[in-house]
Amino acid sequence: MDFIGAYSIPNLIFILKGFLITLEVAFISILLSFVLGTLLGTLRYTRIPVVARLTAIGVDIIRNLPLLLIIFFMKIVLPQIGISMSPFWSTVVGLTLFEGAMISEIVRSGLNSIDKGQIEASRSSGLSYIQTFRHIILPQGLRRMSPPMVSQFISLLKDTSLAIIISLPEIMHNVQILGGQSFNYVIPALILASALYFIVNYTLSIIARRLESKIH
Amino acid sequence: MGNFDVMLVFDHWDRYMAGFINTIQISIIALIGSFILGAIIAIFRIAPLKPLNWFGTAYVEVIRNIPLLIVVFFFYLGLPSLGIELDGFVSGTLGLTVYTASFIAEAIRAGIQAIPTGQTEAARATGLSYLQTMTHIILPQAIKIVLPAIGNQFINLVKNSSILAVVAGMDLMYYADLINSDTFLPLTVYTFVALFYLVLTVPLSYAVLYMEKCFNIADN
Repeated sequence: MDFIGAYSIPNLIFILKGFLITLEVAFISILLSFVLGTLLGTLRYTRIPVVARLTAIGVDIIRNLPLLLIIFFMKIVLPQIGISMSPFWSTVVGLTLFEGAMISEIVRSGLNSIDKGQIEASRSSGLSYIQTFRHIILPQGLRRMSPPMVSQFISLLKDTSLAIIISLPEIMHNVQILGGQSFNYVIPALILASALYFIVNYTLSIIARRLESKIH
Repeated sequence: MGNFDVMLVFDHWDRYMAGFINTIQISIIALIGSFILGAIIAIFRIAPLKPLNWFGTAYVEVIRNIPLLIVVFFFYLGLPSLGIELDGFVSGTLGLTVYTASFIAEAIRAGIQAIPTGQTEAARATGLSYLQTMTHIILPQAIKIVLPAIGNQFINLVKNSSILAVVAGMDLMYYADLINSDTFLPLTVYTFVALFYLVLTVPLSYAVLYMEKCFNIADN
């Protein structure tokens, strides 16, 4: 093991550049999967006959597949039917689909946890269905959803590493390249990558815990 | 569709099956391993001994906050640099075990701590030993919370086992890559791969749902 050689300035910059791409992919995917997940979760909650059923089937299929396969699908299979994306966008789209499906389940159970009596009460006090949803159900649901949502974002950040399979130059890809330069760099590079992931994710998990204690 | 050839799955049935069976094998071995390791870590976390608590907490917090791929790479790339050679199958399965153990440890701890301490005190007061209290009072109740959580971890294991493809670990995704290099029909190859995964994960998901429902009814 050669920590001094592994942590030379150019090597550190190389790893950090990879981590920047990791964070970029994660950030965009978090925003998009939040939008998609809220949309899908709400669709299932509303119980609109055919739409809710189809959403449920789609979500269950995506949730039960390996994310690695979904990311691979975006880069390797879609070009065959005329859709070509860069590794960056293949990862973002794959992550958004998968994590969006996961988040839709969080949204759905969050909305379902609101007591039905509240809906009846607000409806009978003259609010429309949309108004009831916007002012009564959604604000309470969102508060209950936030801790599992943050946990899901932690998973998302970790899952960006799967993009190594389509050679996105994120942190793990760069760690592998560095390890290929010298055997002695492997463990130092892995420790550095672990530390970077840990710092970001541990901060997020503290936020999740704070949110949780605020709710109870 | 010219891009889709249903017969492909029969032409390459042997390789699909080899990967499918390996994926099941990896998942089951890792499930057993991570249950044992997870139980030990959970005991460390609740045992009345500070150094053990610290170790248990450190294990769970570190492993849960880093990607599975890093854990697998420690075994696949890290150990060889120290002179210990492991193939993709072994290092991948070990990585899955170590990673999943942290989640199972948390599930077991949460299950045990969900039982009110008053029950432990009552059991101890009636003359039961610590071990008897655990086996007769706490664990039978905790299992209701722990079992569905472990079921969910098993589903995750099946899906996560696909990471072995990154380290040439002979799983379903790895064999799919071989078939794809021979046929150049990724749409067909990976659609069937998806179906093979769903055959495993969808029934497991329903089993977990069913378990949760049963235990909830038993509680009310």
